[in-house]
Amino acid sequence: MAITIISINDVSKSFDKQLVLKDVNLKISEGRIIGLIGPSGAGKSTVIKIILGMEVPDSGTTMIFDKKMPNRKLLGKIGYMAQTDALYEQLTGRENLKFYADMKGLTKQDAVKQIKHVAQVVDLVADLDKRAGGYSGGMKRRLSLAIALLGFNQVLILDEPTVGVDPALRKQIWSELEKLKEEGKTILVTTHVMDEAELTDEVALLLGGEIIADDTPTKLKQTYQVDSIEEVFLKAEAQQK
Amino acid sequence: MRTLMIAQRVIKELFRDKRTLVLMFLAPILILFLMKLVFSVNSQTDVNVATVNVNTSLNESLDKASHVSVSKYNQTKQAKKALNDKKVDAIINYRNNNFYVEYSNVDASKTKAIKLALNSTLLSNSAIQMRHQLQKLQLALGIPVNKAVSASKPKIYNSYVYGSSKTNFFDKIVPILMGFFVFFFVFLISGMALLNERTSGTLSRLLATPVKRSEIVFGYMLSYGMIAILQTLVIVLFTVWALNVEVVGSIFYVILINFVLALVALAFGILMSTFAKSEFQMMQFIPLVIVPQVFFSGIIPLDTMANGVKVISYILPLKYAGDALTGIIMSGDGFEQIVTPILILLGFLVILTILNVLGLKKYRKV
Repeated sequence: MAITIISINDVSKSFDKQLVLKDVNLKISEGRIIGLIGPSGAGKSTVIKIILGMEVPDSGTTMIFDKKMPNRKLLGKIGYMAQTDALYEQLTGRENLKFYADMKGLTKQDAVKQIKHVAQVVDLVADLDKRAGGYSGGMKRRLSLAIALLGFNQVLILDEPTVGVDPALRKQIWSELEKLKEEGKTILVTTHVMDEAELTDEVALLLGGEIIADDTPTKLKQTYQVDSIEEVFLKAEAQQK
Repeated sequence: MRTLMIAQRVIKELFRDKRTLVLMFLAPILILFLMKLVFSVNSQTDVNVATVNVNTSLNESLDKASHVSVSKYNQTKQAKKALNDKKVDAIINYRNNNFYVEYSNVDASKTKAIKLALNSTLLSNSAIQMRHQLQKLQLALGIPVNKAVSASKPKIYNSYVYGSSKTNFFDKIVPILMGFFVFFFVFLISGMALLNERTSGTLSRLLATPVKRSEIVFGYMLSYGMIAILQTLVIVLFTVWALNVEVVGSIFYVILINFVLALVALAFGILMSTFAKSEFQMMQFIPLVIVPQVFFSGIIPLDTMANGVKVISYILPLKYAGDALTGIIMSGDGFEQIVTPILILLGFLVILTILNVLGLKKYRKV
């Protein structure tokens, strides 16, 4: 049995008396890609915020590497890509990367090396010295992903990483994620794109603030007796109502 | 040193935003220059007075009074018409041993000038008359005319502790204006900058790295502190060299006060941006935060205000900066006098900074 990297135990959270997460339990093992899928408003972003320690659950605990979150120092081992691009538009792509590398606490040599590498991964080498404000939507998304890849992360948390990215690049990004997985990194991805969910090792289905299913894509399809994750999703949603 | 990196990034961003730079450095200069033009008129108002039924000697001496010109009318009706046509600013009517003065009162300062001129003329006229009568009496009694009485009246020699006879309202408000510009622009631009970080999501992303909340606040303080020093230098040098405003005390102290004030403005801007959801909402703080400070900064003399109202000024940072700057520039206050306002400003700074570090908890719980 692989080591559990992230464990969410009986987490409930409400905002303004509205229950967003209800007794959520999720264990993520080392070296796996987990897809967190669910309709908008299901609480995906809240799960991510709680894992990162930006929010504290009303009840329950979140552990990363057996340490309780929120924990500021652990953030150095987590790469995070938000739903919004969150770039400094007055700065060039390289300056954006350099700034976040500094914030992650990389040394100068490591920063130079990693910036070169992540720029290649997201195919931005040629545009690295242009201002981020002038980038196209897809380029911004790629730069944002590159920022998340910086640092010596053991965990990557990516909130909708492939929105607005063209198919060829999407394929490239997924093969990079596979590669990172091979290196032993644990990756949590939220997505709307259901055929992307097929590429994961494990799919957690979040509906109405509850995890209603959590298994490998193949097993999920067997349980629901359908041919694709998309149908699993639709069927689960129908059963919920 | 994440603080340094954040400061470096904020400065880099700011220097690439040409419009904001121009706003920070050229706008205060432009406004100061315009205010100099507007307020530099040494408060001399020329008035025209119509007189009806007033004797010649009074007419003449009134006409001799500086900035007053007299036109004589035979009938009240004509004088009234002149008043309505705005040709004259007042009518002086002499009836039954009394003066009846009707003012147009469109410009309060003109009304005041006429009142002053009329009073002093009447006073000196009666003095002259008394002297004439005294001389007549002395002649009639055969007493030689007293030299002391006929001697010319004493002249007045003016000297000024600050400035010269040309000192005017502009000189009075310039120290406060200096502080105001530093406060206003740093407040607005730093508040906007942090608001932008919140709305664009870069703040949450920044907080998803191991950075400390205090490092973010200090990074902003460092960068805007440096910008504020630059801005103060530009404003001070411009007022001293180009606008010829005399600084009695040390220019270094002027910069020191402005620097501390800028840090307070920065902390204030960051704090206020916590309560704003958009740039538009940030602008809404201007009437709430900036305008009251202008009223109580000393531009309007505080000693004329009611005591209850004056208390409000003690919670406004700009008042302390305004007092200290006025002291340095106009009376050459040294370190002993400005140390109290500096300490109070630093007190504001410490409280606001703590609130800011705590305020960021909204975005990350550690």
